Amino acid sequence: MMDNSAARIALNGLWKNNPALVQLLGLCPLLGVSSSVVNALGLGLATMLVVTGSNIAVSLIRRQVNDAIRLPVFVMIIAAFTTCIELLMQAYTYELYRILGIFIPLIVTNCVILGRADGFASRNPVLPSAFDGLMMGCGFAVILLLLGALREVVGQGTLFASMDLLFGPVASDWTITVIPNYKQFLFAILPPGAFVFMGFLIALKNSIDRRLEERRRGLTPEVSKESRRVRVTGDI
Amino acid sequence: MAFISNGSSIRVGQSSPHKLGLNSTQRVMSLLILATLPGLLAQIVFFGWGSLVNVLWCVLIALGCEALALTLRRRPVRSCLSDCSVAVAGVLLGLALPPFAPWWLSLVAVSFAVIIGKHLYGGLGQNPFNPAMLGYVLVLISFPQEMTAWLPPLGLEGHNNSLGDALSAIFGQGVDAVSMATPLDVLKENSSLTINELWQANPIFDGMAGRGWLWVNLAYLAGGLFLLWRKVFTWHAPVGMLAAITIMATLFWQGSGSDSHGSPMFHLLSGATMLGAFFIITDPVSGATSNRGRLIFGAGVGIIVYVIRAWGGYPDGVAFATLLMNMAAPTIDYYTQPRTYGHQRASKGLPKKD
Repeated sequence: MMDNSAARIALNGLWKNNPALVQLLGLCPLLGVSSSVVNALGLGLATMLVVTGSNIAVSLIRRQVNDAIRLPVFVMIIAAFTTCIELLMQAYTYELYRILGIFIPLIVTNCVILGRADGFASRNPVLPSAFDGLMMGCGFAVILLLLGALREVVGQGTLFASMDLLFGPVASDWTITVIPNYKQFLFAILPPGAFVFMGFLIALKNSIDRRLEERRRGLTPEVSKESRRVRVTGDI
Repeated sequence: MAFISNGSSIRVGQSSPHKLGLNSTQRVMSLLILATLPGLLAQIVFFGWGSLVNVLWCVLIALGCEALALTLRRRPVRSCLSDCSVAVAGVLLGLALPPFAPWWLSLVAVSFAVIIGKHLYGGLGQNPFNPAMLGYVLVLISFPQEMTAWLPPLGLEGHNNSLGDALSAIFGQGVDAVSMATPLDVLKENSSLTINELWQANPIFDGMAGRGWLWVNLAYLAGGLFLLWRKVFTWHAPVGMLAAITIMATLFWQGSGSDSHGSPMFHLLSGATMLGAFFIITDPVSGATSNRGRLIFGAGVGIIVYVIRAWGGYPDGVAFATLLMNMAAPTIDYYTQPRTYGHQRASKGLPKKD
């Protein structure tokens, strides 16, 4: 029996089973639009809303839907929510909608959302499902945001540039110039850079996990001073 | 596990092979650096002191990054540094980058090559890609403006060639050096002039592959032949690459009209052809292993280089071609595995009737 306490769901979504860092789901939007904070935040929020909404809807109809046709039904629910978000963004943040482009409709195909609908919401009551959707969406959005911030700083030397696309004219002077007179570092803005930064984030998460595990066991890491390879040349 | 000492004494209990090669990593790498000297000299003569400053600066960064990475990985620093392998990556990058590349450009390229291209994959011998070429491609796609600013060969007005100028261009604010396209650029951009008209319009590119470039490539060829003679690598990969470029350039030459892609001689002796053929694709780690595999590997690089030069988006493509073929190297190895000694080809089908 699954443990459905709120703390456990939160821990799962944000850290232990983080959709971006552990499950590595939804990599396409994750790497595609994380070139700046505003893009990342826009897509992160949209994905979070869709996954929460679809989790609630799927959980509500979980007893009515036949197992054989559950996946098409889930996908249609997700598509409906995605269309809502798309229309909302078109109405309120049209510029950002234009920048994100194809990645908004592509939220439908984000495996995180279908995965949570099928793996969690179709077997659990509404409240835990909603919370799970929120936490998974949060976990995804946080990584997206982190990646966006990293790539914006390294790629363009700024942070929070053109946030007014999302928050209106209030945010037009939020831009922080981290490195003045910075030349664009195109590699960080292009998709290959996203892969490298993503790799570093995963490595960081794994190393933190290992530290925690070692502390839990009360062991200090073994440090070997020697080369681990056997030498076959040179003077021995 | 038997320990093999670096001498002629063979200890009891050792397993085969008993014949020890002379080529230690350190010897191979020192010879490689030695063999780049003619090319470096030619670059200094034709493009100024920038190349030398670049090479020294790149080697310095490479050693620093290597030491840092080894310390972080808790590996013995001195013995790994003294095998010179990282210095070779530094030298190659220093030669490949434009002579007046600013200091931060080299810093980004070399540190990426050493830390991400080499150590994140597991250090010497584990990297699937040629580290120097990874660093080069990184800066090539990131800073196209700086990477295409080659100096005109010596003899043009306004061309500054003193060591001080080179230093201030690389480390200071940079003098506005006269930068210009390479012969490969010019040929690529050309759409209206015939070859003869084109070379008349750009007199410094006259001759087979442009003055300067010709001699630089010949110098690298000499260095490569020296390495072949010292048996640092076999002839297969360079011959494969040069033959492939020659064949492709002959097939798609299209004469000397305005849609010409340049003569085979032009392609063999311009750009990074010789540097790539002898110093880059012969990397034993990221290339194919068997002799037949190396031939295929080299030919693949040659074909891709020509395709990029003739129809691609960049004037030269040795770095991209090397990385692409690095990806193919495991597959090539799989299909070209030599038979073990003493075994014959497996007989397929029914035995012959008497």
